[in-house]
Amino acid sequence: MSPRQRALAEAVLVPLATIGFAFLVSGLVVLIIGENPLIVARLMIAGSLGSSEGLGYTLFYTTDFIFAGLAVAVAYQAGLFNIGADGQAYVAGLGVTLMAIALPGLSPWLLLPLCVGAGAGAGALWAFIPAWLQARRGSHIVITTIMFNWLATDLMSYLLVNVLRPKGDMQPESAALPAGARMPAFSHVARAFGLNLTPTPLNGAFILALLAAFGVWLWLFRTRSGYGLRVAGVNRRAAAYAGISASAMIIVAMLVSGALAGGVAVNEVMGSQGRLLIDFTSGFGFVGIAVALMGRGHPLGVVLAGVLFGMLYQGGAELAFDVPAVTRDMILVIQGLVVYFAGALEGLFRARIRALLAGRAAAVVAS
Amino acid sequence: MNSAVITSGLSAALDYTTPLLCACLAGLWSERAGIVDIALEGKLLVAAFAAAVAASASGSAYIGLLAGILASLALAFVHGYAAIDRNGNQIVSGAALNMVASGLTALVGNAWYHHGGRTPPLAGAARFRGLHLPGSAALAHVPWIGPLYAQVISGHALPVYAALALVPITAYVLKATRFGLRLRAVGENPAAVDNAGISVRAMRYAGVAMCGLYCGIGGTYLSVAANAGFLRDMTAGTGFIALAALVFAKWRPWPALATCFVFGLLNAIADRLQGLVLPGLGKVPVQAVQALPYLATVILLSGFIGAAVAPRASGVPYIKARA
Repeated sequence: MSPRQRALAEAVLVPLATIGFAFLVSGLVVLIIGENPLIVARLMIAGSLGSSEGLGYTLFYTTDFIFAGLAVAVAYQAGLFNIGADGQAYVAGLGVTLMAIALPGLSPWLLLPLCVGAGAGAGALWAFIPAWLQARRGSHIVITTIMFNWLATDLMSYLLVNVLRPKGDMQPESAALPAGARMPAFSHVARAFGLNLTPTPLNGAFILALLAAFGVWLWLFRTRSGYGLRVAGVNRRAAAYAGISASAMIIVAMLVSGALAGGVAVNEVMGSQGRLLIDFTSGFGFVGIAVALMGRGHPLGVVLAGVLFGMLYQGGAELAFDVPAVTRDMILVIQGLVVYFAGALEGLFRARIRALLAGRAAAVVAS
Repeated sequence: MNSAVITSGLSAALDYTTPLLCACLAGLWSERAGIVDIALEGKLLVAAFAAAVAASASGSAYIGLLAGILASLALAFVHGYAAIDRNGNQIVSGAALNMVASGLTALVGNAWYHHGGRTPPLAGAARFRGLHLPGSAALAHVPWIGPLYAQVISGHALPVYAALALVPITAYVLKATRFGLRLRAVGENPAAVDNAGISVRAMRYAGVAMCGLYCGIGGTYLSVAANAGFLRDMTAGTGFIALAALVFAKWRPWPALATCFVFGLLNAIADRLQGLVLPGLGKVPVQAVQALPYLATVILLSGFIGAAVAPRASGVPYIKARA
């Protein structure tokens, strides 16, 4: 096996081994609460892929997870752990909503890009402060982004309860977005072409997510600044020696990261709910951590891991109807285990698989 | 404002302080030994769940406490394994365990009791009740000291006093014992400790175990004393405020007490501010008061007012040099 083949095999086998372990442990949990893990797995696959409706929902969740995963991955490539994608996505929802409400009469051709831009901008702004504090003041970005998640929660609940809520409305939510700010749904577009799909919240944001993944790949692996960012992520001193400013890279990486997290708001607020709801991110920013780690920080890996988590979320939602004992919290357990095995124990898995691959190569040479 | 409002406010602040203080001191033990732990929240949560389950099954709050501590210790050792034995990323491990804790407690709680993750209500001996400290009735009429003693300090559940006792214990052990000195050294300069022939691994596991123990007490307090059972995600960010308090206290026990009490007081004030209108300011947003600990921590971390310097080796795996 050539070194290149071995690296490729490693890149495929390590994530597979970690997800396998995560499933194994979750299967044990299912056994402990008295259900059959194999039936649960079959129901989840059927629920997520078995119908056009299930598939639509799967890809809808996938959209959120690609955006969140890319957000964490870009920061990760720069050597930063952005635990604040959830808060950035939440504040991005505010950007989207304010833009949409400020310009209700605008043509969708203008309003859609403006709203997407406002979401990305608001997400980037929420990431900028921790980034600046890390780059210029040396404040640990993990702690500051955690604090910014909670600050986002407090800020948004204040705004939703006291400012954005329409008069007479009991729910802490904004007014409905104007029609021009709604991302077109796939089922609507399909109907225009004579295709009758079950309506699902899958919308144009899915295409944006794939484009974003391609753009991030192009930037990180095919441009000078993307290369600089990765160098700064691996070795800050080497970067400085090569004339790359590590603090500039921190700020750039976090701005892009926050903007990408804003994609979650585009998918949820513009694509599905049509208004700003309290806690609309549902912790998806944290799913991004699992997605980025499983995808090893590579955009292609993020897309694939995003699909897997999309299946888990949709399958988990369906599962709760058939097996009431296994709620969607099960997915949170799997997600945590993936982060633990793929992130914290990554070295262990990599070392084992490397030894396995080397052993096989040695055996081939010996024969 | 009359004195009854003040004493009840201070008393409520002490209740809010308790889980915060346990988690903050827990984080202190871990980080002083060189292990960063952002899973304080997760440990509080599994402890609260296990304690409520055990207390409801056995009818004894003490069995609940034991179960809470064991569950929290188990999670602490999973973190220790990744951080100490596998040189894993400690932040990632902590983030993972928070997710596992939140998912597992809700999943198992729902599967066992079918109440959306809620455990059966605890009553009688299954719950820690308020204790009346000796002499509180006799002193109640002494001006100043009387109400303070009888209405603020007396009347809390056992874990509240346990948490307060942990402050001098932590301070003494870390400062004045050989064990404490070695533990702190492992967090600052593990190579030196290793060269002195002391196991870095054992000391770090000791720090992690203390962290599990303290979070176990804090979590138990939440479900078996402050509330009559477990609710899903009942910690509601306590573990993260504790992290903020730890930074604010600059990783020292007595300032940790002061910070946690101030944060607890903010909570008590936020409760009492609901709907209160201040002249000139209008209605005070509760969220502004709730955001203060986070905001204050960010400002402190930015280094504009004093500096918060973490133990030097915290978060860095120790890899023994091979001869």
